[in-house]
Amino acid sequence: MTNLAVDLPGLRLKNPIMPASGCFGFGREYSDFYDLGKLGAVIMKAATGSERFGNNTPRVAETASGMLNAIGLQNPGVDKIIESEVDFLSNYDMPIIANVAGSTIGEYEKVAAAFNQTKHVHALELNISCPNVKEGGIQFGTDPNMAANVTKMVKQASNLPVYVKLSPNVSDIVAMAKAVEAAGADGLSMINTLSGMKIDPSSKRPLLANKTGGLSGPAIKPIAIRMVYEVKQQVSIPIIGMGGVTNAEDVLEFLLAGASAVAVGTANFQNPFICPELIDELPKILTKYGFLSVQDAIGKGAILYE
Amino acid sequence: MRKEIMYIQSSKSIALDTVEMVLKNNYISQTAVPGQFLHVFVEGHTLRRPLSIADVDREKETVTILFKKTGSGTKQLATCQEGMTLDVLGPNGNGFNMDNKEGSSILLIGGGIGVPPLYYLGKTLVGQNMKVISILGFQSAESVFYVEKFQSLGETWMVTNDGSYGEKGFVTDVFDKIEAFDRYYSCGPIPMLQAITKKLEHKQGYISLEERMGCGVGACLACVIPKANNRGYKKICKDGPVFHAKEVTL
Ligand SMILES: Cc1cc2nc3c(=O)[nH]c(=O)nc-3n(C[C@H](O)[C@H](O)[C@H](O)COP(=O)(O)OP(=O)(O)OC[C@H]3O[C@@H](n4cnc5c(N)ncnc54)[C@H](O)[C@@H]3O)c2cc1C
Ligand SMILES: Cc1cc2nc3c(=O)[nH]c(=O)nc-3n(C[C@H](O)[C@H](O)[C@H](O)COP(=O)(O)O)c2cc1C
Ligand code: FES
Repeated sequence: MTNLAVDLPGLRLKNPIMPASGCFGFGREYSDFYDLGKLGAVIMKAATGSERFGNNTPRVAETASGMLNAIGLQNPGVDKIIESEVDFLSNYDMPIIANVAGSTIGEYEKVAAAFNQTKHVHALELNISCPNVKEGGIQFGTDPNMAANVTKMVKQASNLPVYVKLSPNVSDIVAMAKAVEAAGADGLSMINTLSGMKIDPSSKRPLLANKTGGLSGPAIKPIAIRMVYEVKQQVSIPIIGMGGVTNAEDVLEFLLAGASAVAVGTANFQNPFICPELIDELPKILTKYGFLSVQDAIGKGAILYE
Repeated sequence: MRKEIMYIQSSKSIALDTVEMVLKNNYISQTAVPGQFLHVFVEGHTLRRPLSIADVDREKETVTILFKKTGSGTKQLATCQEGMTLDVLGPNGNGFNMDNKEGSSILLIGGGIGVPPLYYLGKTLVGQNMKVISILGFQSAESVFYVEKFQSLGETWMVTNDGSYGEKGFVTDVFDKIEAFDRYYSCGPIPMLQAITKKLEHKQGYISLEERMGCGVGACLACVIPKANNRGYKKICKDGPVFHAKEVTL
């Protein structure tokens, strides 16, 4: 049988498939569809220091092979998330990754420290790349010094392994990756959404109330693959890859580019069963292309052409 | 709610750009209640399309949807023909609150493509021995559909913006002509719902809302509507699409 297991800092994954932050809520809705314990892990919706109400509607718009979203980090705040959502997710046999967001470094530290107190959170995903909030978010993710700073402070505030989620809205993704690696990041998560916009010709206005939003879905996959590939060759911490995964071949492509695990976002909206289906499909695809295990495929496509 | 395959039993145009599709499926036809919707996958599109359940026949195991060709998804859906299948999540959301007193008099107010869910509701109410009065508003005569169907449920008032069918004006313009009723249910464009909830402030009412959806199951927080007390949001796909008129801020 093909071995799907992968060991990453703080995470023993029985398979490399996990739902991406913000596309799975806190799992409750999808737990009506299947046993969440099948998942390699789960990445929770972003948590901020206190409750956030998010942006006005419309918050989503469809685009060619993808979508734009500007949810704006709506969440009940870290304390409520720990109280009800982590507790709920801990009923399932899989690691829980908390997505940490904030407007100030202090807020990131507060959220990271709060998760540190809990038994059931196994790693943090530091969201320095949300394009949809006014303060913080993306600023931290586009300046290597700020990214390194927030990584350092969060590492100090928590003993949990920290995966820094990189923004693709930069000209030099490798510089960002190196900066957070040097600051102590245990892993990388990439990519978040690309800043985009859609204007409705009939109303002559942007379709999203926030005007701009984050582009996700198959449209961004080539960008994500390129970025994972480039970063893999320059850093030594593991990468959780994401961006436009819809089938098992996409998963393999991310592994080949150098990702050690793969998160699935937008595809959950089209098919709520996508994650378990990918987990079932993956062994066949690995076998088809001559791999004995997931571990065996990681980075195999990341060969430098001299 | 489940992910189901539905067989297209028939598909036909019933008014300007308006398609009626009858879909066969055991699970959804046996479990759907008035006010719920289907989240329909359309080939080549990233997001599913939410469409209200307009009618259900439990014996024939069919569910009817009515939709307007407004954009690329619904245009493509309109090309799907009898014998083909659709990939659907359903039935989604909560339906209309049906705890009416025996023999109550109920007013249904529908606007345009908001009319469909009111038909299954009206039919169900009549089956529960309620008295149903309907006001249906459309832009003009060519958009009008389901008149006889509503007439078979009870007194029906037709209103068009340009007066080309029934009364001229808005649905609220005929309120004075309607006799007393106990409760109202409405679905239609937001300005219409705003006018209705204001005019019928003292009445008990339920409204069905629309918003752009991502997941359709309550996970992504795309489809929110502010709560009336402005303390946070309700999710239209999961907590709705039907709400008590005083529960949300339009
Ligand atoms: C709960 C609910 C029930 C509905 N019931 C019906 C119905 O019975 N009949 C009917 O004709 N229409 C109904 N609608 C509206 C219908 O979903 C949209 O008209 C349809 O999604 C438009 O898709 P499109 O591809 O033609 O348009 P496009 O503009 O190409 O669609 C692009 C995106 O915007 C979304 N979108 C566009 N218009 C709307 C809208 N008005 N509301 C929500 N999302 C929208 C689409 O779903 C898609 O994700 C309902 C909407 C909701 C939320
Ligand atoms: C509706 C929506 C909400 C999202 N919310 C978050 C979030 O709260 N935190 C975060 O780090 N990323 C968030 N993302 C980004 C995804 O986790 C993921 O990085 C991105 O969508 C790319 O993957 P995909 O193409 O498979 O969707 C969100 C994406 C979408 C579509
Ligand atoms: S559409 Fe995702 S929460 Fe309603």
